[in-house]
Amino acid sequence: MTEPLLRVDGLKTHFLTRAGTVKAVDGVDLRLDRGEILGLVGESGSGKSVTGQSILGLVDPPGRVVGGRVLFQGEDLVGAGEKRLRAIRGRRIAMIFQDPMMTLNPVLSIGTQMVEAVRAHEAVSRAEAWERSRRALARVGIASPDERLASYPHQFSGGMRQRVAIAIALLHSPDLIIADEPTTALDVTIQAQILFEVQKLCHETGTALIWVTHDLAVVSALADRVAVMYAGRVVETGTVAEIIGAPRHPYTRGLLESVPSRNRRGVPLRSIPGMTPSVLDLPEGCAFRPRCDRPTAACTTMPELAGERDDRAWRCWNPVAAEVRGDAA
Amino acid sequence: MSSAVAKAPPVETPFLRLARDFARSRTALAGLAVLVLIVLAALLARWVVPQDPYDLAQLDILDGMMAPGSLGGSGWTYWLGTDDQGRDMLSAIVFGLRTSLLVGVVATLIALAVGVAVGLLAAYAGDRVDGLVMRLVDIQLSFPAILIALILLALLGKGVDKVIVALAAVQWAYYARTIRGSALVERRKEYIEAAQCLALPHRRIMMRHLLPNCLPPLIVVATVQVAHAIALEATLSFLGVGVPVTQPSLGMLIASGYQYMLSGDYWVSLFPGLALLVTIVAINLVGDRLRDVLNPRLNH
Amino acid sequence: MLVFILRRLAQSAVVVVAMSVLVFAGIFAIGNPIDVLISPEADEFERAAAIARLGLDKPMHEQFLRFVDSALGGDLGTSFVHGVPALGLVLQRFPATLELALCAMLVAVALGIPLGLWAGLKPDSLAGRVIMTGSILGFSLPTFWVGMMLIMAFAVTLGWLPAGGRGETASLFGVQWSFLTADGLAHLILPAVNLALFKLSLVIRLARAGTREVALQDYVKFARAKGLAPARIVGVHILKNIMIPVVTVLGLELGSVIAFSVVTESVFAWPGMGKLLIDSILQLDRPVVIAYLLVTVLLFVVINLIVDLVYSLLDPRIRLGGGRA
Ligand SMILES: Nc1ncnc2c1ncn2[C@@H]1O[C@H](COP(=O)(O)OP(=O)(O)OP(=O)(O)O)[C@@H](O)[C@H]1O
Ligand code: SF4
Ligand SMILES: [Mg+2]
Repeated sequence: MTEPLLRVDGLKTHFLTRAGTVKAVDGVDLRLDRGEILGLVGESGSGKSVTGQSILGLVDPPGRVVGGRVLFQGEDLVGAGEKRLRAIRGRRIAMIFQDPMMTLNPVLSIGTQMVEAVRAHEAVSRAEAWERSRRALARVGIASPDERLASYPHQFSGGMRQRVAIAIALLHSPDLIIADEPTTALDVTIQAQILFEVQKLCHETGTALIWVTHDLAVVSALADRVAVMYAGRVVETGTVAEIIGAPRHPYTRGLLESVPSRNRRGVPLRSIPGMTPSVLDLPEGCAFRPRCDRPTAACTTMPELAGERDDRAWRCWNPVAAEVRGDAA
Repeated sequence: MSSAVAKAPPVETPFLRLARDFARSRTALAGLAVLVLIVLAALLARWVVPQDPYDLAQLDILDGMMAPGSLGGSGWTYWLGTDDQGRDMLSAIVFGLRTSLLVGVVATLIALAVGVAVGLLAAYAGDRVDGLVMRLVDIQLSFPAILIALILLALLGKGVDKVIVALAAVQWAYYARTIRGSALVERRKEYIEAAQCLALPHRRIMMRHLLPNCLPPLIVVATVQVAHAIALEATLSFLGVGVPVTQPSLGMLIASGYQYMLSGDYWVSLFPGLALLVTIVAINLVGDRLRDVLNPRLNH
Repeated sequence: MLVFILRRLAQSAVVVVAMSVLVFAGIFAIGNPIDVLISPEADEFERAAAIARLGLDKPMHEQFLRFVDSALGGDLGTSFVHGVPALGLVLQRFPATLELALCAMLVAVALGIPLGLWAGLKPDSLAGRVIMTGSILGFSLPTFWVGMMLIMAFAVTLGWLPAGGRGETASLFGVQWSFLTADGLAHLILPAVNLALFKLSLVIRLARAGTREVALQDYVKFARAKGLAPARIVGVHILKNIMIPVVTVLGLELGSVIAFSVVTESVFAWPGMGKLLIDSILQLDRPVVIAYLLVTVLLFVVINLIVDLVYSLLDPRIRLGGGRA
C-alpha cells in the first residue's frame, strides 16, 4: 500500500481552561490519499474544527496538541517547527473557514490580502503577484477581477467572499485543502454553486480535500469517503456508499435517520435522543453510551476503531448489523 | 465534604453574594483595607496624629525643615520630617487627607444627585428634553474636566466650597449620561410598563422602580469619580486656584513643598504625594473590582 | 463623503456658537462683566469711560452682538497685565504649547502601541503584567506630582536634564521651536514625558484591548493559514485594525493634552498658553482668560473635525460608505 497524502494518528488536542481540561480532540485517526475528498462529519462541538486546525498547528492557546501524529507526505507536522509549518501553510495545505464574513481582514483590500498570500511563498514581483491573484479570482468565477482586487471585503457578499477565500486557497495549487464548513453560512443556492465549483477545481488540480460539515447530504454529493466524529473521536469511517448504505455505528445510523431523503418517504424522521455531551464531562467508556439504544456492559470500556479494513472501521462493541438499512433501496 | 455540599445552602442576600465575589480578588481586598484605614485616619485626624498642624501654638519654628526621622525639640520624632514652620509632616498629611477626601466625596455626592436627577428626567421625559440635555452633556464632556474646573474657579475664586462646586459641575454630566443609558434600557422592560399601567405617579415610578435598577453602574462610576475628584482637586490646589492656605489639602501640601524640592529637601512634597497616590490607587482598585462584580456579563 | 464633511462642519459651527453663548453668559451672568473686563486698579473715571466704551450700559442682546462682532474681528480685549491685545498674547504662546502637546502624543504613541501590542499578544507573560500594572499606575498618578518627581530625579538628583524653561529655540516658518536645537530638545524631554504619561497609559490599554480582540478574529487565523510571517500578521493585520480606535481616541485626546499642558507647563515653567492661563487667572487678567477659552474652544472643534475625517479615511467601511454588511 502506498504512502497516503495525509495520515492522522491518535491526534489529541486539549484546551487547558480554568474549568478543567477540555479534550476537544482525543484520539482522532484519519487517512487521505492524493486527490481524494474526505467528508468529516459530526455534530456541533464534536471537534471537527479543532481537528482541522490541529493539522496545520493553528490551534490558539489555551489549546495545545498533546499527542498523536500528523503525517503529511511522511513528515510529522506535530513536531515540526513554526518555520517549517509556515512553509507548508497556504502552500502545500490551505484552509478555508466557516464564516466568510470573518475570514477576510476588513481594513485591507482584497488585492493586498491576495498579493501577500502569493508573496509569502514565492519571491515574485508585486505586479506578478497581482496578475496571479487576478487569474485566481477569475477562476472562481468573479467578474472584473481588477476592480475587485481594489475593493474591500465589506463591498462583497458572503458568497463572493467565500469565493475569494477559495481563490486564495488555490493560489499555490496545494496538495490538500481543509475546508471548515465553508458553505454553512451561505444561501442554499450559493452553497450548491460553491460546492460544485470546489469539487470541479479539486478534480482539475488533483487537490485532496477535507470537507468539514454536519450535513450528510452535502457529504454524499461531494465526498469519496467519510469520517464521522463524536465527542473528539472518529467513531466510524468508510466510503460514502458504505456509510450511507450500511452504517455500523449507532450514532451514524442516528444521523442518517435524522436526514430527510427522497427514497425514505413515509418513514418518520427520528432524532437522536439526548444532547451532545460536554467534552468536560464524558461518560466512562463509549462516549455515546448515554444516548445509545443498544448499550451493554462492555460499553463501559472504550471500544477501538476497528473493522473490515483500515479505512472501513467503527468504534462500537455492538455495531448495527450491516443489512439493517436494506429498506433504503 | 460531599455531605456539606448537599445541605441546603444558607439563604444568600445579594449583598452577601457581592461581598463574597468582591473578596475573591486579593488586590481589591488590600485596596479596601487601605482605604478603610485612610478614611478612619482622616475622620479621627485629631486623635491619631501627634500634633494639630494648624494650631500655631503647637509649632516650634526651631524644628523647621527637619529631615524624616529627626528628633524634635519637644521630644518626639518627626517620622516624615517637618516643613519650614516646624510642622510635623505626618500630622499635616493626615489633616490634608481630610480636606482632600471631604472635597472629593462631597463633590461626588452633589454631582451624583444632580446627575441622577437630570439623567432620569431626560430618560423619562424623552424626545425634546432628552435631546437637549444630552447635547449639553456631550458638549461638556468633549471638554476636559480640568479646563472647565479652572475656568469656573477663575470666575468663582478660592475656597473649599467653591472647589466643591467646581468639581460637582465638572462631574454631573458623567452620571447624567450613565443613568440615562441604564434608565432607557430599564424603561423598556416590562415592570416599568406594568407600573405605568397601574397608573403609579411618575415620581414614584422613577424613585421606586427605575433608580434601584440603575444603581450598580452608578456606584462604579461614583467610586472611580471620587478618585478623579481628589486628583483634580490636588491639581487645582497645586496650580493655586483650589483650597485656601488655611485649609490645605494634599495637593496644597505638595505645592508648598515644591520650592524646597528643587534644593533637595524632598520630603515636604514627596510624602503628601505618596499619600495622595496610595489613596487614589486604593479607590481605583476597589472601583475596578466593584465594576467586575456588579457587571453580570463578566461574571461566569 | 461630501455630505458627511458638510454635516460635520455644520455641527462644529453649532458647537462654536453654543460655546460663545456660554462664555458670554459666563461673563455677563455669573460674573460681573465690569470686574471681568476692566482692571481692578482702574479709578472711577476710567471705569465710567470703559463702561461706555465697552457698551456695558446697553441692553443684553446688543451687548452680545457687540461681543460677537468684536470677537469675530479678533478683538478680545486688552491684557491688564501686559497691556497688549489678549488674543495676540495667547496666539503668541500657542506654538510652545502645540510643540509640547505633539511631542507628548508622539511619546505616547511611539511607546504605547508597541507596549500595548506586546501586552495584548502575551497577556499572561510577566512583561504583559508589568506593562498593565504600569498603565494602571499611570492613570492614578496625578500629572503635576509625576512632573515634580521627574524634576527631582533627572534634574535635581542626577542633573541630566534641565528642570524648566524652553531652552534655546530656532525659527521655522517664522515661529520659535525648541525641538530644533539640542538644548531645546533637552528642555523638551521631561515635560513631554510628563504630559505623555496619562495618554501613554490610555494608548497601552486601547492597544492591548484591541490586540486581544483582533488576535482572536478568524481573519488573523486565516492570515496564519496563508503562511504569513508573524511580523506581517502583527505589523499589518493586527496593527492596522487597532490603529483605528487608537487614532480616533488619540485625536480626540489632543484637545485634552493641550488642556492638561496647563499643569505640565506650570510645573516645568514652560512658556506656553497653559502657563499663561494660570498666570492670568492668578493675576485676575481676565481678558486673557477669555481669549484662551475661545481659542481653545475653536481648537477643540477643529481637532474633532479633523479626527472624524481621518477616522473615515482609515476605515474603508466608512470611507467607501455603506456597502453590504
Ligand atoms: N478556545 C477554546 N477553549 C476551550 N474549549 C474550546 C476552545 N475551542 C474549542 N473548544 C471546545 O472544543 C470542542 C470542539 O470544538 P470544535 O470547534 O472543533 O467543534 P466543531 O465540531 O467544529 O463544531 P461546529 O460544528 O459547531 O463548528 C468544543 O466542545 C469546544 O467547546
Ligand atoms: S459501544 Fe456500546 S454504547 Fe457505544 S455506541 Fe456501541 S453499543 Fe452504543
Ligand atoms: Mg467548527
